[in-house]
Amino acid sequence: MYRYDEYDQTLVDERVRQFRGQVARRLAGELTEDEFKPLRLMNGLYLQLHAYMLRVAIPYGLLSAVQMRKLAHIARRYDRGYGHFTTRQNIQYNWPRLEDTPDILAELARVEMHAIQTSGNSFRNTTTDQYAGVAADEIEDPRVYCEIIRQWSTLHPEFSFLPRKFKIAVTGAPNDRAAVRLHDIGLIMRRGDAGETGFEVIVGGGQGRTPFVGPTIREFLPKKHLLSYLEAIMRVYNQLGRRDNLFKARIKILVHEVGAEKFTAMVEEEWQNIKRDIKDGALDLPAEEVERIRAHFAPPPYETLAAAQPAFEEKKRADGAFATWADTNLAAHKVPGYAIVNLSLKPVGGIPGDATADQMDAVADLAEHYSFGEIRVTHEQNLVLADVRRTDLHALWRKLRDIGLATPNLGLVSDIIACPGLDYCGLANARSIPVAQRIGNRFADLKRQHDIGELKIKISGCINACGHHHVGHIGILGLERKGEEYYQITLGGSADQDAAIGKIVGPAFSSEDVVDAVETVVNTYVELRQNGERFIDTYRRVGKEPFKERLYAAD
Amino acid sequence: MALQVVTANRIGDGTVVYLTRVGGWSERITDGQVSRSDEERDALMAVARAKAEIPEVVEPYVIDVVEEAGVVRPVRYREEIRAQGPPIHPAFGQQAAGG
Repeated sequence: MYRYDEYDQTLVDERVRQFRGQVARRLAGELTEDEFKPLRLMNGLYLQLHAYMLRVAIPYGLLSAVQMRKLAHIARRYDRGYGHFTTRQNIQYNWPRLEDTPDILAELARVEMHAIQTSGNSFRNTTTDQYAGVAADEIEDPRVYCEIIRQWSTLHPEFSFLPRKFKIAVTGAPNDRAAVRLHDIGLIMRRGDAGETGFEVIVGGGQGRTPFVGPTIREFLPKKHLLSYLEAIMRVYNQLGRRDNLFKARIKILVHEVGAEKFTAMVEEEWQNIKRDIKDGALDLPAEEVERIRAHFAPPPYETLAAAQPAFEEKKRADGAFATWADTNLAAHKVPGYAIVNLSLKPVGGIPGDATADQMDAVADLAEHYSFGEIRVTHEQNLVLADVRRTDLHALWRKLRDIGLATPNLGLVSDIIACPGLDYCGLANARSIPVAQRIGNRFADLKRQHDIGELKIKISGCINACGHHHVGHIGILGLERKGEEYYQITLGGSADQDAAIGKIVGPAFSSEDVVDAVETVVNTYVELRQNGERFIDTYRRVGKEPFKERLYAAD
Repeated sequence: MALQVVTANRIGDGTVVYLTRVGGWSERITDGQVSRSDEERDALMAVARAKAEIPEVVEPYVIDVVEEAGVVRPVRYREEIRAQGPPIHPAFGQQAAGG
């Protein structure tokens, strides 16, 4: 994985010193909250319902075991013994004290981490496929380009005060596991006519109160032009983005209002200007620098193993619970004899994305023992050990089971994305987590979950859509009406390569009724499905009407 | 005129607090000074703003409450959660002490 050079470390250390001074001045009353708020937000420190919240960046979701142990230590020493992994592949702590945050940031800096640009109108954490570098279906490792984007976008002087926050995702595989079409900029690695790799460029996707699947503005961008093209997009947005209206300030609104064709023309014109003005190609990616960064992502020292591992297959035959987990939570690895292991942070009745300090420490130990010391965080709020020998899987599974991270539910009805909702968030209108817990309990029977098959439920506690409800196969949006929580259901959303925004199925349900409603939707699908269809396949075949009829039959 | 109390978050740890009858801050809403008129509310907010400048607290504001048998409760559900703590963690916040 990428290791800081002296510039990275100096930047982060200087920021810690700077913030320590700002916090001291705030506590001494020398800075008002109006003056301090933008400073704390630049360092990931929010004030939520009950306390401060600190969001720590995990670049493209990649962590070392040493970093994971530090996150556990921070949870234990400065917070309440747990952390929450987020849909931006970051982690947030819900109970830090203001006076402790400089010390927390100093501890993070010692393991090459920080909280810079995890809030505010800036570039946020660039996200990627959690299987990057190991996926069997991958064209090229996108982490190299995520890191280049991270370096380019960190404290970029021209883009430090954007009209609104800005999110970039990159995938190197045709099967989109990074929701790239729902980002301000999405990049998909493609092959050009001569077999070379480059990027399909998507701009203007997003969720929130105005969701859009982003249009492609360039089918193929040679890799060396990545930064100059991103500069062109950002310049157009920086100049024309709606700074006058918070709700219209994201780039998706600009793209939608001017139209994708015109927006593309503006970007291309700006790009030509950049290329003309910078005659020596200064913004072209230097091949040697790309290779220097690529070296950080060199494959670990894999053993030469046979693809078929009889001992693994024998364990599956002998242990049904292990077989169920292996069939559900593993993904194909590009190296024979290895597997990608998903650690579910969605135990039945649990809080999606939460991990205790003890679990974090245990995962760090397991990563060192079984997976070359690295961990990935997924945008669906789970963890991944990406490089596990298939012969080690049974032993690893037993240890994961001991720490509550072996729930075999990846991609199933209880593998729910949920925002923090009104339990924590000052913006929320309704609670999200308890709905996820109740759905998890309703479908606690794993046999039933496996019979239902792939079904992605996503829950947001308000229209800001942090829980990605727009792209849930079943999406749930929390509302408040006269002091009561209600939940609007959408159907047919998808965040993958066939991205789609879900459609509202009808009037919202009370908190009491929403889990019954979800179960009715699921049962309707089970009755209607044909020939191994997944939920989303059936929905696309029959539309929302059969579900609507069943949901509102008694009305 | 709705009954109201002044709330804020404590500067050091962000804990939810309420302006009390003696001009201090309490984590228990029922200790909060209830205003019964615009004038009373404005006077309480003036006190709170002064304390925010010291700074003892962050972003004070008023919330509507009801008072029953000497017990003060927020009108809005959001403020009820804020007063009691996150329902998913019953051990956190005032709910752990029975409100």
